[in-house]
Amino acid sequence: MLRFIIRRLLWLVPTVVFVTFLVYVAIRIGWNPVATYKRANPRASEAKVQQYIEVNGLYEGFWGYIRGYFSWLWSFVQGPDQWPRSIKGRAEVWPPLRYSMFNTLRLAGISTIIGISIGLLTGIIASLRPGGIVDGVINTSAFVVGSIQPFVSAVVLQLIFAVQLGWLPPAGVYPPGQDGFDLWLMTQHLILPVTVVAIQIIAGYARYMRASILDVRSSDYLRTARAKGISEFRVLTRHSVRNALVPVVTLLGLDLGTILGGLIITEAIFEYPGMGVFFLRAAGNGDFPQLMPYMVIIIVSVLMFNLIADLTYAVLDPRIRLD
Amino acid sequence: MTDIAVSDSDDIELPPADAVQGLTVQSVSPTRMAWRRYWRHWGAAISTVIMGFLLVVVILAPITARYGVDEQVCDISVCKNQFLPPSSIAWFGTDSIGHDMYSRLIYGMRVSIFIGIASAFLSVLIGTAVGAIAGLRGGRFDDIVMRVTDIFLAFPFLVAVIVVRQFLGGLDFLEPIIGEVSSIKFMIFLFAIFGWMGVARLVRGQVLALKEREFIEAARAVGATNKRVVIAHLLPNSIGPILVALTLSVIGAITAESTLSFFGLGPQPGQGSTSLGQLIELARSGARQGNWWLVVFPCGALVLLAVCINFIGDGLRDALDPKLDKGH
Repeated sequence: MLRFIIRRLLWLVPTVVFVTFLVYVAIRIGWNPVATYKRANPRASEAKVQQYIEVNGLYEGFWGYIRGYFSWLWSFVQGPDQWPRSIKGRAEVWPPLRYSMFNTLRLAGISTIIGISIGLLTGIIASLRPGGIVDGVINTSAFVVGSIQPFVSAVVLQLIFAVQLGWLPPAGVYPPGQDGFDLWLMTQHLILPVTVVAIQIIAGYARYMRASILDVRSSDYLRTARAKGISEFRVLTRHSVRNALVPVVTLLGLDLGTILGGLIITEAIFEYPGMGVFFLRAAGNGDFPQLMPYMVIIIVSVLMFNLIADLTYAVLDPRIRLD
Repeated sequence: MTDIAVSDSDDIELPPADAVQGLTVQSVSPTRMAWRRYWRHWGAAISTVIMGFLLVVVILAPITARYGVDEQVCDISVCKNQFLPPSSIAWFGTDSIGHDMYSRLIYGMRVSIFIGIASAFLSVLIGTAVGAIAGLRGGRFDDIVMRVTDIFLAFPFLVAVIVVRQFLGGLDFLEPIIGEVSSIKFMIFLFAIFGWMGVARLVRGQVLALKEREFIEAARAVGATNKRVVIAHLLPNSIGPILVALTLSVIGAITAESTLSFFGLGPQPGQGSTSLGQLIELARSGARQGNWWLVVFPCGALVLLAVCINFIGDGLRDALDPKLDKGH
């Protein structure tokens, strides 16, 4: 197990380097940082532009890209204060990125916990009587809700609860002018975004869980458990749910991409200052020094979650060995 | 489950020979059974009817729409035409420049459904070819394809699509082939680039599962080439999952178009044309200003399309899987 983890972690390094190189090339070609710099600073002299190219390693040609990538990588690994600075006003990249990361983690954490627990619970309830009315209602509504795009539910919820009824604030984390921490205001601002992200998760996991429990329903160990005379509640909690959780938990690791995608949309609509908004703004400005660290964070977290998914699989299911 | 319905089969005693001649044997072909399963799936049945109706409305847009795409419901000198709530002159209300939302919705859905279908066919074409080759050949090619799809599919779709869109737009030599960044053609190619990977994985899995089966071995024994094995044996036997993937790719591309448009990165069909995504983009400001009709109708149309197409995909999956025939 430990060897598996170490080997996978060692593999992580070349993978991250390779993928970030691809992303680097894509960003260089896609946004053309030199042109963007000239557009952002129209009065920059030729020498200034040349200096910008040198500092950020924006050399041309195939070898220029490779040289540029490694010079970027070198400054990146040296720590946030050495990172190339934003093209707009040479601002540091890390403080706003860290701020938005914490905001996103808060939103993602709360909505994932709420979404997973409600989703798994409804899935279990639906599977108690497959084909029954409760099952039909849960399954069909999960199907329909799962078809609704997050931006649709976000805009509709915003329209109903923030604009028409005025119960909740429409956007942001705090009302304008508020500074300092205020739990009550923050909660109010979080309700709508959390709902949007959570209902996506609920719809998905209710269906996964239901299907997974129905899968194990006819297995031999459940028959054995019943034959031993264990109560039906204990059969459910100790045997069927536990075994059904194995494939579902792994899905969580793989679903990270979807959840992050939903977060970007939700953050944009509710003007929630998270990583999604950070990315959209950086992409809109073509801010190369801001885009790269964002990409690294996304790539590393996607790969890490894949690893965690594999590990939980092995922990939950003793039949699976990792080596 | 009755594959063969034989009338008068309850008799234990053998009937006389002349009576046997009078028996009618009704056989049901697998295709017919699949149809039956499909229509028994009520979600799919209702969705098919709704989708059929929508397609007719959308194809006959010049007849079904009440106004032109860029036509105002009335001239500003005659009456106020901006942000009218739904009324008899504009069933779904009007937008900021007095366009009829109902007519624009029909024209917009026409463009979006076209993008969806075109890129779905392209993705399935590429995905099937790549998946079949990867599954059959194995080895290095298979490894590379699967690694690439793994990485792409794990990435948040929106991030990947924005980066790839920008990247393709930056490659000037591609412009004659795939068109400008804001063109409809570009969108179709862009979504196909993402769409083929899921299909390739699926077809590869199918090919891997089927290629060791006896009938493939038999085909090989009589000297069938790789090409013939794929075209005559492997693909017809994987048609079910491919058809489902095709259906789901359509709605995948439609929602992708809407999502990109929502952030102002979608196609700009130009004068005299619009897309569902562009209408949904209006919903963003519409919600803030409380113009509910700008939100409800375009979003409703998207959700309706998504639910219907997902149900049709679900129904197809059930219909094309003979194991599910329990006669419920």
